[in-house]
Amino acid sequence: MASYAERLELVWHEGTGLSAWAGTVDHKRIGLRYLYTGFVFFVLAGLESTLMRVQLAAPGLEVLSPQTYNELFSMHGVTMMFLVATPILSGFGNYFVPLMIGARDMAFPRLNAFGYWVFLAAGVFLNSAFLVGQAPDDGWFNYLPLASEQFTPTLAIDFYALGLIFIGISTTAGAINFIVTILKLRAPGMTLNRIPIFVWGELAFALTVVFALPVLTVANVFLELERKFGFHFYDADGGGDPVLWQHLFWFFGHPEVYLIVLPALGLVSSIIPTFSRRPMIGYTYIVLAELFIFVISFGVWVHHMFAVGLPTIALGIISAASFMVVIPSGTQIFAWLATMVSGRLVLSTAMHFVLGFLVLFVIGGLTGAMFSAVPFDQATTDSYFVVAHFHYVLAGGAMFPMFAGLYYWGPKMLGHLLDERLGKISFWLMFVGFNLTFFPMHIAGLLGQPRRTYTYASGLGWDLHNLLSTIGVFVLGAGILVTFWNWFRSRAHGEPAGEDPWSGDTLEWTTTSPPPEYNFTTIPTVRSREPAWDQPELIGGAQPPEDGGRPLTDGHTTLATTLADADPQAIVHMPHASPWPLFLTLALMLAFYGVLLSSWMVAAVGAVASAGTLMGWLWPRGETQET
Amino acid sequence: MERDIEPTGRVDEFLPSYANGSTSFAWWGMAWLIATEAALFATVIVSYWYIRFRSGPIWPPDGIAAPELALPLVMSAILWSSSIPVHLADRAIRRGDQRRLRFGLLAGLLLGAAFLSLQFAVEYPSVLDEFTARTNAYGSMFFTLTGLHGLHVLVGLAFSVWVQVRAWRGAFDERRHVSVQNFAMYWHFVDVVWLFVLLTVYVSPHL
Repeated sequence: MASYAERLELVWHEGTGLSAWAGTVDHKRIGLRYLYTGFVFFVLAGLESTLMRVQLAAPGLEVLSPQTYNELFSMHGVTMMFLVATPILSGFGNYFVPLMIGARDMAFPRLNAFGYWVFLAAGVFLNSAFLVGQAPDDGWFNYLPLASEQFTPTLAIDFYALGLIFIGISTTAGAINFIVTILKLRAPGMTLNRIPIFVWGELAFALTVVFALPVLTVANVFLELERKFGFHFYDADGGGDPVLWQHLFWFFGHPEVYLIVLPALGLVSSIIPTFSRRPMIGYTYIVLAELFIFVISFGVWVHHMFAVGLPTIALGIISAASFMVVIPSGTQIFAWLATMVSGRLVLSTAMHFVLGFLVLFVIGGLTGAMFSAVPFDQATTDSYFVVAHFHYVLAGGAMFPMFAGLYYWGPKMLGHLLDERLGKISFWLMFVGFNLTFFPMHIAGLLGQPRRTYTYASGLGWDLHNLLSTIGVFVLGAGILVTFWNWFRSRAHGEPAGEDPWSGDTLEWTTTSPPPEYNFTTIPTVRSREPAWDQPELIGGAQPPEDGGRPLTDGHTTLATTLADADPQAIVHMPHASPWPLFLTLALMLAFYGVLLSSWMVAAVGAVASAGTLMGWLWPRGETQET
Repeated sequence: MERDIEPTGRVDEFLPSYANGSTSFAWWGMAWLIATEAALFATVIVSYWYIRFRSGPIWPPDGIAAPELALPLVMSAILWSSSIPVHLADRAIRRGDQRRLRFGLLAGLLLGAAFLSLQFAVEYPSVLDEFTARTNAYGSMFFTLTGLHGLHVLVGLAFSVWVQVRAWRGAFDERRHVSVQNFAMYWHFVDVVWLFVLLTVYVSPHL
């Protein structure tokens, strides 16, 4: 009788040809695609910011035209938020959520593939605006009436609005997939209070997406109806109100900030116990803090609008709610500190990035708490102080954990160790470069430098701060390049990683690096919050059936378990590789370009093709239990 | 023939190889799709009220009369009554009753189609005589909100046809019918949303 692994290999292997490449539904391949594509956009957005810093290096430079400068800061923001931060953290989630919960794939593998393709298509759609010289130029929050047909008559804003609606499809599909995966596919025994904190972070992220993203979609649908068909939502002449855009945008926009930070915090929470050599202190409080951040994120949007002229009572309520964010953030920071102080710290590269993150996130959090005070916010609104703040929170709070994730999980994904010496060089360059870039912006902002202006006069006392920022961005960029170099070098020549190079505590460390297509030879039964530490029989991802492992070798299947207690409920047949998600994406892309260009025939063909490909996708093939 | 139970590989352990309701991934997928759709409708409805309260004391503005109520109430009765046969069809297939499943779904489809026909062929033309979506923000909100709901009814009808083709081919039985459950859940959601659309668009301007 063939071994479990041989039988699983037969069922789960997707093959190698073009159809396997275009149709893969393996969450690990899709996760890596999210990461690589996200980092390509990261480089693009980084180049945009480098150009801006060159323009601002000294007063009165003419490296960029004002129009180009407007396009660069708009696309830098849109790209970093929608095409870098969210997809990269989703990429980590895609790769590691099923591994950490002991499942063989995500709940909806084809939807997962679809989410990636739509992300790629929407990224291409947005950036194709550069090719026709009509890139979005009204900032990432795209205020009305500047973004109306009257004041921005080019396609720039149509690229923006349609691009964000398009990518919203991807993010929503991914979020629903994460939620159902985390609720229903956990290994037997992984009760709610044994879910790894990173998985909780992805769950909080996904819940935020489900309730916040439709608001952005509606805002952009309104905008397109107004621009393309002469509807009235935002124009005061027609009975609309431009402030409606601001409310809708920030009701989405603030949760967006947290939905980027939440999985990043989760990532930090999975690295700290491993390198402190002890279980996380305050697990329950950290989980509650993440869920509290999800809830409170819907109650603070007006703090982006303190200078708009809203009623005082609204400012007061939102100010109080914004101060409350300090509580869950502080809870997590103290739990991390306590875990590190009471453990035996191992200063790996990943841990360097985590410690760097802690410093930057606390600084960004402090200035964040300052903005909760209405008078301070009104005094510094639209200044470089704000730019400094949100880069500390977002770039410090998300980029550093992402790099920590590359060094922590890279060996699992590549099967090779990354070079620790290069990693530490990269960290120090990035940490010094980051602070050199963004710290002087605090001071320039307090001295009155406004954001989003393409140049400034000399003699205002901002020259040195701007020069330092520009030098800093090159140091930061060099640090980032060192990690990329390290990644590709180690991928080819690195030391073999083995299953568990860090002695990690969660399930992904019990299987091989990289894991086989079916992840685990037997779906494990979990009896601890740190299964890899407490259950030695899990070694090799093959818990013997007498210890609770379930091989499920009879088909392309995974296990459905109950929501709270993770008791086995049913054997679920999973779909195989399918090209239909890619076809549907292409049809949708055609429809979006049709609407963009007001070519209604093209849009109609795209819509009909979308319906047709959806039928092809859903057509019962007997692989899964569609009925 | 599909098997109803399969071995897990542990000694003498078998689990069902079918899943319905909250055991099934698809059911949860639909539930969360509906959650995000609810947020979508809530946003449009809140925007309607925002515009209304920013617009001054007279609503509808610009001399537009408050909407006619009789026809929307008839349409509501038709739409809401369509949930009954859909619910009965959903209940029937749990017992394996194919006949009630098929006719329940068919009745739901016809009632939904009647609603949509009245909206597009009778109500919209009479409203368009007075104002369009381009007249002012009131008109835009009117057509955006009712149109968004109509679009969801249309998607529901397509979904219904999809499920019925399979129902008439005998694809469902008492163990395998999560598509019917998902369709029913979606259809009831579209009906419930209509209550909020009705109160906002048609009833509130009379208050």
